[in-house]
Amino acid sequence: MTKKVLSIVENGFRATLEEQDDTVIWFAHVLKGAGAEMTVLLRGNAVNYATRKQDPSGLAFGDRKQTRPPRIHEDLSSLAKKGVAVLAVHEDVGHYGLKRDDLIPEVELVPKTRVPQLIDEFDRVWWW
Amino acid sequence: MAQTLTFLLMDPPYENARTTTALRLVDAAIRKGCNVNVFAYEGAVYLPFAKQQPHANAVHGSDAAQEDHPNPKDWIAALAAAAQSKGLKLDWVNCGLCVDERGAAECIPSVRRGSPADFLKFVDASANTLVIPTR
Repeated sequence: MTKKVLSIVENGFRATLEEQDDTVIWFAHVLKGAGAEMTVLLRGNAVNYATRKQDPSGLAFGDRKQTRPPRIHEDLSSLAKKGVAVLAVHEDVGHYGLKRDDLIPEVELVPKTRVPQLIDEFDRVWWW
Repeated sequence: MAQTLTFLLMDPPYENARTTTALRLVDAAIRKGCNVNVFAYEGAVYLPFAKQQPHANAVHGSDAAQEDHPNPKDWIAALAAAAQSKGLKLDWVNCGLCVDERGAAECIPSVRRGSPADFLKFVDASANTLVIPTR
């Protein structure tokens, strides 16, 4: 039986322009497709991933333009549509000056006090 | 029957202490009689890169032989040999897309190319899994 996994993403915006996504969110997509039972929890600056109005387009070096910017909020929405619960720590959202309306509708906010309980509910916890 | 432990690594060589610590954990697991799986993600696919070379060190006043500068590919080969000598297995998988985008295809013989699906199989078959992310 596949183990239940909690994937905690705390380290946001690391090489996202170079990779054109967040490699841990991408990893979650692929693992889900391979049959994993997963939940993703965003905390720290990674809560910004759920912000709807992000536009990192326009990256260019000389005449070379990058045509496919990361759309991590869309990657999170599509992850949720695949059946992966996408959570974010409520206090961290506020810490970054974000409001519920700023975020994609698929993300569920959880209080920081819930995190230890969540950890207990999973077979495997990976902290990225 | 031997237990199996799985590790996921992300750091490229020579960037921080996590690499040495992770490989020491693998070494300890093998010494304790465990089979070990390693899924190398992102920069960690360079850990078993075949073209690593040692060098001299003028600051230390040593030539290449005297400096005996480590290449992680040799550490990994030694770990694979240690596992084999004990009737165990070190199954090291490099994430294929990470290999492609980094041009890291030339790796030592004991390493194979794979995908996150291999990591999931590792997880399901292991007593436990440790993810050591990069920062």
